[in-house]
Amino acid sequence: MIEVNRQGEVWVFAEQEAAALSEVPLELLGKGRELADKLGVKLAAVLLGDGVKDLASKLIAYGADKVYLAEEPRLGYYQANGYAKVLCDLIHAHKPQICLFGATPIGRDLAPRIASAMKCGLTADCTDLQIGDHELPAGQGKHENLLLQIRPAFGGNIIATIINYDRWPQMATVREGVMPMLQADATRKGDVIDCDVNLNGTELPLKIIESRRTQKKVNLKSARVIVSGGAGVGSRENFKLCWDLANCLGAAVAGSRAAVDLGYIDRDHQVGQTGTTVRPALYIAVGISGAVQHRAGMAESAKIVAINTDKDAPIFGVAHYGIVGDLNVVIPKLIKAIRAGGRIDSNLPTAESGRKTKLGAGSNA
Amino acid sequence: MGYSCVVLVKQVPDTKRITGQAMNDDGTVNRAALPTIFNPEDLYALEMALDIRDRFGGTVAVVTMGPPAACEVLRESFYRGADRCVLITDRKAAASDTLATSYILSCAVRKIGRSDVVLCGRQAIDGDTAQVGPQLAEKLGIPQITCVQELHVLNGQTIRVTRNIGNGFELVECRLPVLLTVLDGAPMPRPSAGRRMMKYKKARARVEVEMDLAARMPDADQATRSAQVQTQMAVLAEKNLQIEQWTLADIGADLTWCGREGSPTKVHRIQSIVLTGKGHKSVQATDEAVAGMVEELITDHTIG
Ligand SMILES: Cc1cc2nc3c(=O)[nH]c(=O)nc-3n(C[C@H](O)[C@H](O)[C@H](O)COP(=O)(O)OP(=O)(O)OC[C@H]3O[C@@H](n4cnc5c(N)ncnc54)[C@H](O)[C@@H]3O)c2cc1C
Ligand SMILES: Cc1cc2nc3c(=O)[nH]c(=O)nc-3n(C[C@H](O)[C@H](O)[C@H](O)COP(=O)(O)OP(=O)(O)OC[C@H]3O[C@@H](n4cnc5c(N)ncnc54)[C@H](O)[C@@H]3O)c2cc1C
Repeated sequence: MIEVNRQGEVWVFAEQEAAALSEVPLELLGKGRELADKLGVKLAAVLLGDGVKDLASKLIAYGADKVYLAEEPRLGYYQANGYAKVLCDLIHAHKPQICLFGATPIGRDLAPRIASAMKCGLTADCTDLQIGDHELPAGQGKHENLLLQIRPAFGGNIIATIINYDRWPQMATVREGVMPMLQADATRKGDVIDCDVNLNGTELPLKIIESRRTQKKVNLKSARVIVSGGAGVGSRENFKLCWDLANCLGAAVAGSRAAVDLGYIDRDHQVGQTGTTVRPALYIAVGISGAVQHRAGMAESAKIVAINTDKDAPIFGVAHYGIVGDLNVVIPKLIKAIRAGGRIDSNLPTAESGRKTKLGAGSNA
Repeated sequence: MGYSCVVLVKQVPDTKRITGQAMNDDGTVNRAALPTIFNPEDLYALEMALDIRDRFGGTVAVVTMGPPAACEVLRESFYRGADRCVLITDRKAAASDTLATSYILSCAVRKIGRSDVVLCGRQAIDGDTAQVGPQLAEKLGIPQITCVQELHVLNGQTIRVTRNIGNGFELVECRLPVLLTVLDGAPMPRPSAGRRMMKYKKARARVEVEMDLAARMPDADQATRSAQVQTQMAVLAEKNLQIEQWTLADIGADLTWCGREGSPTKVHRIQSIVLTGKGHKSVQATDEAVAGMVEELITDHTIG
């Protein structure tokens, strides 16, 4: 661990594979920028790999003030031990106050290894991060400007805010797709700092014999919000309601097997036992009965909203919010409420009327 | 000779079955009102260890840290084929975060002796962190392979497995000893064996024997009772029905790294997700009700 260091930087682990950045580090830089500005410190990205120097400018464009660059052929392919060794050395040398990792397969493999070696805290799979104070019990004072690490736990049934006030750095993994990226700004300036890499052979214990990546067209797994339609949606055309709802939530669209078999949506989008298993922050099931094979793929979602005309549909058994009603009526109301930010605003047009206007304009032209 | 496997298992509340009745008035989860189960992915870890023993020879020891009630998952491990079961129970271990938990477990694994393969579930369904496996590997000074879906071969000093990393697969080889975290896509856990159940349903840890005697002989004095405990433990040991029980002192754990004091992460605040007694909240199909639901989803950071 390192001592509490109020001047310490905010660090983001710049996860890359095959010398390409995924979206997660860019999302983390967006949030990291906000945290660093609030604390009045620098934001740095830490980039490990082989032949990845060119990625530094992108990290700067997305908000980093600095990039710590550790290049070495043996870092070309990710391994927990080697990456953890390099990062621990860097943390000891520069004493950042916050270190953020994506809650990706790599981040969740790497961050605990580092936290254990550093003997510092680590909060898993955060969905929000804020800066705030923590009051100690019975007038023992308070800790100011801590990282408040907000995460669902208990199968999504509770939201815990976790802090670490003495054994720093404050480390967290952050769920993919929950932090908004900044607009890239190619004119931003930043420093690239070359770092020494000290590996002895023992830090590369794994031999990766084969590696396959499945390139799915849709990435349901990392979607934070999913709108999923079933046979009840009625037609491929009417599925547009699901796409509209998804659009205003920044959500991905999925379907039940019946919806796929009926041709409402492509097979890549199927959720369930023979499709993808998802656990988003929010799963909105519309016109889905909730057969056990479907529930197997979505019951672990942190929050489930079910919309169905049949009050006895099994989907309500796993839902947190149940709306008994016709999806053709409920979805437009939902879109309206989301556009209004949860407030009731009768002046806003419903999506229905909004679309009609558009159509009208179209046919006039 | 064979391979020595140690499996770490956790008893967890069945978080999939949380209803309004399981929430306290202050919004915290009332664990006592929830049924407890064997953490689902730990069953897959146990299966992989039993499979190693069956195919390549060796032994399977199972360790859990928890309250006396956690003996239930150890008995279940016996039913499925474990050779040896250990309960780590100590009030000083309460409130451990993942760092402290993995430290305590590392002391226990060391005490068991030589281990070639240490196995964990990928993730527990209550804490939901998936951190204990990699942290335990670091504490033991051995490599980790997370998200293991299939074990191919154990060949002298090396192991070869397939990892399922969500967006793809990796075929990985590593020298022993190693720690694996196992996913629920791995081979299906075998059911409990009837004959083993008949035998091991009588397996007990010392603390269970003590609690049982306290209930049955409320008036007996201390000396009589401890004499009884000794006798019963001797009988259990003779029949190989003993669940070994260790305290933090028994495993040589340094208390500064255990429990609340040893845990750098602290809970600042807990909010429960609103659940009604029926399990879900009914929302009317009106503008007002739908807007109210959206507002709740924004307030608890689900959307927005
Ligand atoms: C081996 C096997 C594997 C399977 N794998 C999968 C899988 O991976 N994924 C999967 O999804 N299924 C899977 N299934 C199929 C599963 O059993 C169900 O048949 C399927 O999930 C049903 O889809 P559905 O809910 O869309 O359709 P239905 O069961 O037909 O339900 C439609 C629902 O829409 C409601 N509804 C109708 N009109 C409206 C309206 N206007 N407004 C609101 N609600 C309305 C109805 O009340 C009904 O509840 C599998 C089955 C088997 C045997
Ligand atoms: C609401 C809430 C939020 C929390 N958030 C955090 C957090 O962000 N960071 C943090 O460090 N701690 C956190 N904790 C504490 C954490 O839950 C406990 O430390 C717990 O003992 C282990 O974590 P886990 O349940 O997430 O296990 P995981 O790391 O998910 O478990 C993985 C595997 O490790 C093994 N294992 C885990 N626990 C045991 C055990 N007791 N005995 C035997 N084997 C075991 C099992 O094989 C299991 O499958 C939180 C606790 C709560 C209640």
